[in-house]
Order: sequence, then C-alpha cells, then structure tokens
Amino acid sequence: MQGQGDKSNMVKYPLEGYRVVDFSWVWAGPLLGMILADMGAEVIKVETNKRLDSARLTPGRSTVGPETDFVFHSMNRNKLGITIDMSDPRGAALIKELVAISDVAVENFSPKGLRNLGLQYKVLSEVNPRLVMISLPAAGQQGPLSDIVTYAPSLGALCGYSSLIGYPGERVLGEQTPYLDVTSAIHGAFAVMAALYYRENSGKGQYIDMAQIDVGASVIGEAFMEYFMNGRVMGTEGNRNLTMAPHNNYPCLGEDRWVSIAVKSEEEWRSFCGAIGNPGWTQGAKFNDRFSRLRNQDELDRLVSAWTVERTNYEVMEILQGAGVAAAPCLDLTERFSDPHFESRDVHLQVDHPATGVDIIAGLPFKLSETPCEVRRPAPMLGEHNDYVLGELLSKTDEEIAQLIEDKVVY
Amino acid sequence: MAEQSLSSLKIVEYGSFISAPYCTKLMADLGAEVIKVEEPGHGDESRRHGPFPDDVPHPERSGLFLYLNGNKLGVTLDARTPTGRKILRGLLEQADVFVESSSPRLMKELGLDYASLKETNPRLIVTSITAFGQTGPYSDYKGYALNTAGIGGQSLRTGESGREPLAPALSQSNYQSGAMGAAATMGALFARMSTGSGQQVDIAEAEVWATIHHGHGVHLGVFEGRKSMRAGHRTISVYPWAMLPCKDGYMCLIAIQGHQWKRFLEAMGSPEWMSDPRFKDRIVMAFEHADELDSLVEAWLIDHTKDEIFEMCRERQITFAPVRSVEEAARDPHFKERGYFVVMDRVAAGTLEYPGAPYKLSETPWQLSCPAPLLGEHNEEIYCGRLGYSGDELVKLREGGII
Repeated sequence: MQGQGDKSNMVKYPLEGYRVVDFSWVWAGPLLGMILADMGAEVIKVETNKRLDSARLTPGRSTVGPETDFVFHSMNRNKLGITIDMSDPRGAALIKELVAISDVAVENFSPKGLRNLGLQYKVLSEVNPRLVMISLPAAGQQGPLSDIVTYAPSLGALCGYSSLIGYPGERVLGEQTPYLDVTSAIHGAFAVMAALYYRENSGKGQYIDMAQIDVGASVIGEAFMEYFMNGRVMGTEGNRNLTMAPHNNYPCLGEDRWVSIAVKSEEEWRSFCGAIGNPGWTQGAKFNDRFSRLRNQDELDRLVSAWTVERTNYEVMEILQGAGVAAAPCLDLTERFSDPHFESRDVHLQVDHPATGVDIIAGLPFKLSETPCEVRRPAPMLGEHNDYVLGELLSKTDEEIAQLIEDKVVY
Repeated sequence: MAEQSLSSLKIVEYGSFISAPYCTKLMADLGAEVIKVEEPGHGDESRRHGPFPDDVPHPERSGLFLYLNGNKLGVTLDARTPTGRKILRGLLEQADVFVESSSPRLMKELGLDYASLKETNPRLIVTSITAFGQTGPYSDYKGYALNTAGIGGQSLRTGESGREPLAPALSQSNYQSGAMGAAATMGALFARMSTGSGQQVDIAEAEVWATIHHGHGVHLGVFEGRKSMRAGHRTISVYPWAMLPCKDGYMCLIAIQGHQWKRFLEAMGSPEWMSDPRFKDRIVMAFEHADELDSLVEAWLIDHTKDEIFEMCRERQITFAPVRSVEEAARDPHFKERGYFVVMDRVAAGTLEYPGAPYKLSETPWQLSCPAPLLGEHNEEIYCGRLGYSGDELVKLREGGII
C-alpha cells in the first residue's frame, strides 16, 4: 500500500502517490506541509479538539469557532484532516499504523513533545524504516537552547537577524513578522524532498533535525562573513545597500504610498536621470559616480523623494521601468489583490469552503510548466477525513470507528 | 565521506549575486554537482560585493561570494557569443538541472529559453528565478531584492508608522526565491521520475513574498479593509510584543498568553503599577498605553543584561529572548554545540569560518567539501575532460575572450 514511489503510472502532480503525516501546527510546520500538499502529496493533518491548532483561533479573525480562520485556510489548503488524541495510547497506536503506510512525517512541537507521546523518530522509524521525518522546533533537538519556548520574532532575535532591522544607525526594531517561520518552511520542504529523493535510490529513510534559528543564521551569511573576516559587527542599515544608491523606498502621492527604487550600474543611473528629466542636480560631482552617490545618499534620497512625491507609485514604476530602471510600488493587502501582474499569475485564489462560502487565499509560490500544481481542495474541517483515513486507509470497521469516537480517541 | 542525498544530480548554474547561487548552494551542500558558469573577466557580481578582508576589494576574497559558492565547480563562458552558447548547450546536454536568473527576454535572445533547450535535452529541468516570473505584464521588468520585497508586501510591515517602509536586511528576497527554487526543482525531479521529461520551474521573487509569506491575510484586506501596519519596534496586537532596550542591548518581549506576562511581572518584583486599572486588558494596553508601558518595563530592563533576563525568563518559562548581535550569535554555545559554523581554507582568502548546515540529515549529512571556485578554476577539467576540447582549443577560446 506504500504506493509511494510507485512511478509506474503517469502522475499529474510531482508528489502524487506520496503520503505525509503532518503533526505540525501554527505557522512553520503547516507551511512546510503546504508546499508538499501543493505539489500533490496526500498530506494528512493530525489535529485534536483537546488542543486546537492556534492558527484556527487567531483573535480578531475567527469570531465564530475554529472553521472560519482565513489564514488557517490558506496555510492548510490541499490537506486532509483527522482528529486523533495522541495522548491516548490507542490514538498513538493509530498514528503508528498511519505512519507505517506513509512516506513523510512533519512536526514542530518542542523536542519533548513527541517523546512524551512515545512517537519520536526512533519509534516511528521502527514502524517504517523508509520514513523521512523532519522536526523543526526553534533550536533543534539538541543543544543548550533546545528547550526554549518562542514565538516567530524570537527566532530572528536569537540568530542575529533582528539586530540588523532598523533605520540606519538607529535603535533595533527587529523582525516583527513570522519571516523565519516561512523561511524555515521553504528550507524544510527542500530538505524533505532531498531526503525522499535519496530514498528512491537507497531505500533508506532518515531524520532531519532542523533548528529554525540555524536557518535564520544561514540567510544572513554575509553578516557572519563580515564578522569572521574583519571582526566587525553589522547593525541597523535600513534600506541601505553596500553597492547601490539610490536604493530606498520613496514617498508618493496618497496616504502611506511608497515606491522602491534601486539603481545599480552607471547605465541604470544615466537612464534614471533621463527618465526624471535630467534635472541639474543629477549632473553635479556629488552624484556622478557610484561612490559619490553612496557617500551623499541622504541628500540623494531627498532629491529623489521630491520627484516621486508628486506621482503615484504606479506612475513611478511605469516611468522608470520604461527606462530600464528597477522600481516597484510597496503594496498593501488589497493593492496586491488588484495588481494586474499578480492577477495574471493567480497570486491569489478564490476557493469555496463549506464554513465560509468562499475564501481568498494565497496562490502557489512556484509554477511548473508541465505538471502545473493547483489548489485541489480547501483546508480540512476538524476531523473531516476521519472516515477516509480510519476506514479506507487503516481498514477500521464502522463499529471500531464509532467506539474510537465514543471513547474520544478520535476527537 | 558519507553518502549525500543529491550526489546523482548534475546542475549547471548561470546566475549571479544571491538567488540562483543560493538555490544551487542548497543542492550542492547536499551532494549535487554544480558547475557555476561565470562571465570571463568579471565573474559573479557577488565577487565585487564584499565584505572583503580589511575592506580591500578583491574578486577572490568577497565574503558573500565565498559563502554562497562553496562545493561548486567554476567555469567561465561568454554566453553572448555563439561559441560560448554552443559550449553552454554542450554542458546542458549532460545536465539534469539548469538554474538561471536572467530576464525571459534575454534568455530568448540567446536561444537559452526553455522551449529551445528542451529540444536538445528533453529531460532537462530549467529553473528560472526572476523578479516577476516568466509571464505577465511585469515579466521583463527589473527588480532587485528591495523592489520585490516592496511589491510582495514585506516592506510595509517593517519600519515606523509615517516613515519609509524597510525591506529586510541583506537582500533577503533573493534567499527566499533561491530556497523556493531549490524546493520547486526537487518537485520537478520527482515529476521527471514518472514522466521522463523535464520542465520549466518558474520562480517569481515578488510572488514568493506575495504568496507563502504575505498571501494568507489578503482575505482580511479585501473583505474587511484591513491594512498592513508597521509600528516600529512593536506589533500592535497584545502587550507586550516589542523589542525593548536593556542594559547591554535589546530584548524581544512577546507574551501572547496572559500567564506569560503575569509571570514576568512577578519576576520583576510585582511593581506597583501592575495594579493600575488601565493595565488590565492587554489588547487595550497594546493599542492605548504601549508607550507608557514601554517606559515602565524599560526602567527595570535597563538594570539587567540580556543574559540575566534570558536566564530568568527560561527558568519561569517566559517566552522572551535576547536580540543577539551578529557577534554574540557567532559565539553562542547553541551554534557551537551543534557545530554550525565550519572552517574552510581557500587560496587567496585564507582560513575562515563559514555559516554551515541549516538542517541535519541523519543519513546523508550536509557537507562543505571544497571551497568556492576561483574564477575559471575548472575550465580545463570541464571543457577538456567533459566536453572533449583539446588544450589548443582551450587556449584559443581563452584568447578569443570566450572563456
């Protein structure tokens, strides 16, 4: 039944035929599972009413229970959902049965989470030696920080990343978004598929221990290199760039409207000057080569702002892109939704959902030309696929299932 | 040396700076053979980016280049010449994956677009990582990391209200598109197992921001008129959610659950102000009294170091964390104990520490086996050894500026 890896039939989606047991919750783990689900894997999200995924109940979003949170719907589309109380030994036994016929397991509890339930990799790999399993807690399975409890911005704080966020030379503002959760999800999805690819040749499963703060350190390699090479500690640099000026977000017509402009080469600088009408200041010695522009960038920013502030951010994009200069508006939620380019590429999707009618959710973060992926189903309702998983996959009888429900093992 | 997951793969990289090189770095670090194609004379843009030892620019000493290009073979080639293109096509006939980051228009002009390449190697996977993707009205627009973070929604979430939005530090956009490129390429490899055919992987950097990072809340914008907010060192949801100064730096203070905040108040010695009736509802606190609360908390924080506060918080299971500087992170026992930073010696750059494995694979570990290539270091090995050019031909190609 491990049809997983059975490639004898033509598949429609890249990971069709692979089954994933997804124990994860909140952001990082579910987004990893989302990538695998978007690629066609059968991802079974394991939940329990005893302790709901908090993403189902974000304050201000789900006022009417756990089935209406749009963010949850977006992150968990394409998955199936079951409700099993893993703290009950019979629940844990069901999980083992499911893992035995699956290919991948994903979890982002604290390191002791699955150990306490007796469902850690060591146990699951005995049930299924071909299993590829990934854990992605904040600080990994081992090490002095492995027991810490964090929220997404704490990850940025611990790995050094947040110390770089702020206006040039000013106080640290830090990363406020779940940036590193998402980054970890993408890296984790890659690592899972790499391990699975290896399994196709070797037959061997394996365990991936991914500390989210290690991922965070990996995307600021440049700052570590500066420290290792020169002993210098990077700090807040705002939008400044080592080699580009202008390089900033500039004010435009309207309330809180901004446009990003980045000029790299001398050719781009000349095009930029031409596009804004070659005002006198562009000819001066202060700005006529990159080093001068970098040295005088505060003044340069003021002069560029005086030009942008009389135009809309889209006008600035059209004018500058027409001249071969990189410019794009800073867009808010609704502006992205109505942007013609994003619209033409299905960056947002409307998906029917039984509890909300229709949701607007994120589109897929990648496009494949020959095996295009899509949203095949909305996020699961709590326990929506209990019958399929318990009945069809695990061959439980209706009576057995009824008993499990009555005993709140399936709950 | 241990077996690696992707040892069977042959990849050609024709990209520059961060996005394509980071994509192939992730794959090379798990064992894939990556041939990096650079422009003769100049090489990858990141060679000119730095940081450089003692700030002296040198194309073989740029920290960013060295970090992103370990484990790769390096050749030089001018793909704008017909002979250069012929050689590149020769390399691609032997490859599984081609990772590139040029504009769709340029690739078409060079005859290196997917439609042309699949004719000679139908199994080839072409991973194109660009600012806006292969289709749509902006597909040939230029976009650097700053621009894609702006249009993709990241920037409006960072910075102070009323001041310019901040793109994330150090060209994060490029790392996002690079990593997504690596993940999606794996998908295409799985598809190839059953279809036998390659395909084009289209990664639009702006879209990676607009979907998996910031696409989940769009519903709220469209139906409830919600706007992105940036509130400087705070997020306005419940109090506390803030980065606040302490004796030797900053602390990240986030308590989403009430008991976490309560335990912190106790740890501070239950200050009198905690019984102020204005400070009962933590949502009201976040929206109306955050400035005042910040000063009250800071008054205590400023007498304590990050380590003192962190230790105290961990004992009490309070979710606060120190904002580590890059130096503190580099020396943190966490990274030491996990063996995160690795040492590598390289010609012209010397012995340096490098950031290491973002994940630990139990059977097929991440490895840094060889340093980043010198410009054109493997020309002979690849062109003579793989494509059968003679030594004389190689000299001519070099003299002609083609390699």
